[in-house]
Amino acid sequence: MRRENLTLLALLLPAGTFFAAFFLLPLARLFLVGGSGRDGFFAYALILTNKNYFTSLIATTLLALATTLVTLIVSGISGVFLERNRFPGKAALVAMLTLPLAFPGVVVGFMVIVLAGRQGLIGDISMALTGAKVVFAYSMAGLFMGYVYFSIPRTILTVMATAEKLDPRLEEAARSLGASPWRVLRDVVIPGLKPAFISCGAICFATAMGAFGTAFTLATRIDVLPMVIYTEFTLEANIAVAAALSFLLGIITWVVLAAARTAAGGTVAAAG
Amino acid sequence: MRKRGPLFFAELTFTLMVCAFLVVPVILSLLAGLTANYQVGINSGLTLRWVGEVWVGYRDTIFLSIGIALACLASTLVLGIPTAYVLARRRSALARAIEELLVMPVAVPGLATALALIISYGAVPGLRTSWVFILIGHVLFTLPFMVRSVLAVLLAIDLKTLEEGAASLGADFRQRFFQIVMPNCRSGVLAGSLMVVTLSVGEFNMTWLLHTPLTKTLPVGLADAYASLRLEIASAYTLVFFLMIVPLLLAIQELSRPRPTAFRSQEE
Amino acid sequence: MRVISDGAQPISITLQRCAKTFADGTRALEPLDLRIGAGETVVLLGPSGCGKTTTLRIIAGLEAPDAGGKVLFDGADVTPLTIERRNVGMVFQSYALFPNMSVAGNIGYGLKVRKRAKSQISRRVAEMLAMMRIEALADRSIDQLSGGQRQRVALARALAVQPRALLLDEPLTALDAKLRDSLRLEIDQLLRRLGITAIYVTHDQTEAMALGDRIVVMEHGRVAQIGRPRDIYQRPATRFVAEFIGTMNRLNGSVRRDAFVTAAGSIPWPGAPQGVTEVLFRPEDVSLVAEAPHLSGTVAAAFFLGDRTRLFVHIGDSRPLVVETGARRDFRHGEAVGLKVDASGLVAL
Repeated sequence: MRRENLTLLALLLPAGTFFAAFFLLPLARLFLVGGSGRDGFFAYALILTNKNYFTSLIATTLLALATTLVTLIVSGISGVFLERNRFPGKAALVAMLTLPLAFPGVVVGFMVIVLAGRQGLIGDISMALTGAKVVFAYSMAGLFMGYVYFSIPRTILTVMATAEKLDPRLEEAARSLGASPWRVLRDVVIPGLKPAFISCGAICFATAMGAFGTAFTLATRIDVLPMVIYTEFTLEANIAVAAALSFLLGIITWVVLAAARTAAGGTVAAAG
Repeated sequence: MRKRGPLFFAELTFTLMVCAFLVVPVILSLLAGLTANYQVGINSGLTLRWVGEVWVGYRDTIFLSIGIALACLASTLVLGIPTAYVLARRRSALARAIEELLVMPVAVPGLATALALIISYGAVPGLRTSWVFILIGHVLFTLPFMVRSVLAVLLAIDLKTLEEGAASLGADFRQRFFQIVMPNCRSGVLAGSLMVVTLSVGEFNMTWLLHTPLTKTLPVGLADAYASLRLEIASAYTLVFFLMIVPLLLAIQELSRPRPTAFRSQEE
Repeated sequence: MRVISDGAQPISITLQRCAKTFADGTRALEPLDLRIGAGETVVLLGPSGCGKTTTLRIIAGLEAPDAGGKVLFDGADVTPLTIERRNVGMVFQSYALFPNMSVAGNIGYGLKVRKRAKSQISRRVAEMLAMMRIEALADRSIDQLSGGQRQRVALARALAVQPRALLLDEPLTALDAKLRDSLRLEIDQLLRRLGITAIYVTHDQTEAMALGDRIVVMEHGRVAQIGRPRDIYQRPATRFVAEFIGTMNRLNGSVRRDAFVTAAGSIPWPGAPQGVTEVLFRPEDVSLVAEAPHLSGTVAAAFFLGDRTRLFVHIGDSRPLVVETGARRDFRHGEAVGLKVDASGLVAL
């Protein structure tokens, strides 16, 4: 039915033109501008060899990896626990755990300040306990805490959803063969959650790599890649470098997410 | 009824601590926004003074954020529903490729998207300083959520057979689309709408680069406040933000809770 | 006696050289010619993949036949018309009821699309609800209905617009056996009362035999046989038809002087055609006899089915014969039995 195909094409046109005009075209120009600086398209390679940029890339990657690891462990434990157990107040607990889902990075940064800043809770507690005020909001540790803060709500939901779909009969079979609860966890539950861990982990990693608001709030001196891009653009007016760096960052995050989607299969809840 | 062993309580404690980690700063900041003097603590008394100052100084950012969110919603409805329909009718490799493409603005850091937009359209007269510039970024970011939400519902119903049923009764395409397809994806549209509005109100990464002093949204204002103002005012401002966003989040949570399907009556 | 539904005259439907090849290369239908008379109920019967649903969809206008194929309604060429303009009523296997409307809303939808007046619509909906005896369900939502109720709503909806023909795509397949029996009767009475031209697709031969004025047996995109249920059952034209409809016994042997001679005995067959080496016959054409049997064998298995007993009898051939008897006694495994075959039921292909 050819007329039907034409109708469908016409329906796709609004979103298609919008997307092409405001995303595809600009990204292409970004790539070109990235190669329009002093070193031309070599700039893309030089970035990796330039000491400052490379250090920031490494720092950002390590931070993202650490965030992912801690988040997966925390979400894994709590997510499975919440899914498997029923107790009064559970719904409220889940609601509270997923509330920070839509907090922008700035607000998360503020949360970190409230906890670990100069007037922060942790500082007050440590002052009362040890006499020394612990303030780490404006360092890598604070940033790390912020990243974990916004990653946990995202991953916990996916872990819970996947845990719900695990077949309890597999665990019963393992137990009937004599496996201890720890072994059941190790040999049945965790492998069963693997697709969730892969997809959540990828989202976590990609989000942490590209996060800007949190770092912006906490200090302009932490050298994660998004901050470097920002300073190059606004303070140094180094448009070409900023363009090249952001294009690279975009490629990295997109590849990570695409790989995770194919590895885990099916739709994956994207980052907020 | 499983016995509540020590493992249960250990996990419960762990989860409660995680919960505390997430919730305590929120409560603290809410309190800070309502306390006369944060240094002194709650004993200094509760006040709405700070909230009042926020309203006076940042009222415009609140209205702009709401306005952009609603415009974003309208745009994603117009752009997203037809797209979801096409993707539901033609499940092919091409359809999946289009879905992948739509997700790109979410996968790519907001910074990069904003930079790309500025480089390409920053010179267009009137656009750079208009709130429409911010709107464009928001629509790019929220569109896949609307599409995915509506698509999920359309895939769950047997769209093709329903349309054939309507066609067999004489309905042409326009009638089918508005009388059969749209009413049946209502739940997807609702969930998608909540998602779009929530994300738009909270969007910062793109908006920070796209904004100008005359087009400041709420998160942009928050960033300003965190950097320069008293903790109390910053907290009060955050409080206002929470007031806007928490009802939306609760509504999203309520919607995504699985509802029991109606019981099928016995054959008469 | 046939009662024509108010105002609508039944149409005749003709398919000329209608073939269908799908985009991925599958050949669903070989060129088919079919003529369906006005008011007739024709059943398209066959296993899945035989092309029966494709044929129905071509008649409906949901698929277009390959180039050269034509669909005629009362002689007029409707091939270029899509289903929206053909005014046929269609009942789908999954019913395709609209979840966003109540039962009354569903039934009245076709009239709403035709922009009839509200009063006219509610009158017609009330008529249909009464005809299908579902008045109590008028305001219910679809997901509150049972399978049988949905079926009735689907029928009511299709008939509300007074279609020129009624097309049914396996409407009873999704229901359980008992429900299927009672609804089959209802559909049969409904089709007779309305006198409408109906095309019914099914893979269940009991349904086909019960409902069809004529049956079109299809296999691999081709017509195997067209005929009245009795003819198809008693005079199958091909082995496929013989074995698809009901159960068939098969016996090898040779014709000798008005009898069919086999290893297990000979069946008197006056007027037997020459050169026949294999005959087919139905289980009900075989009876148990105590004396002068045509064939002798031993009981391999016996199944008491309530109203009759089905016996599998070894006669030395590889396949046991299937015999149905009303005899109400137990049969022992290995028991010797004598069989008499009614020669009028013998089929030679």
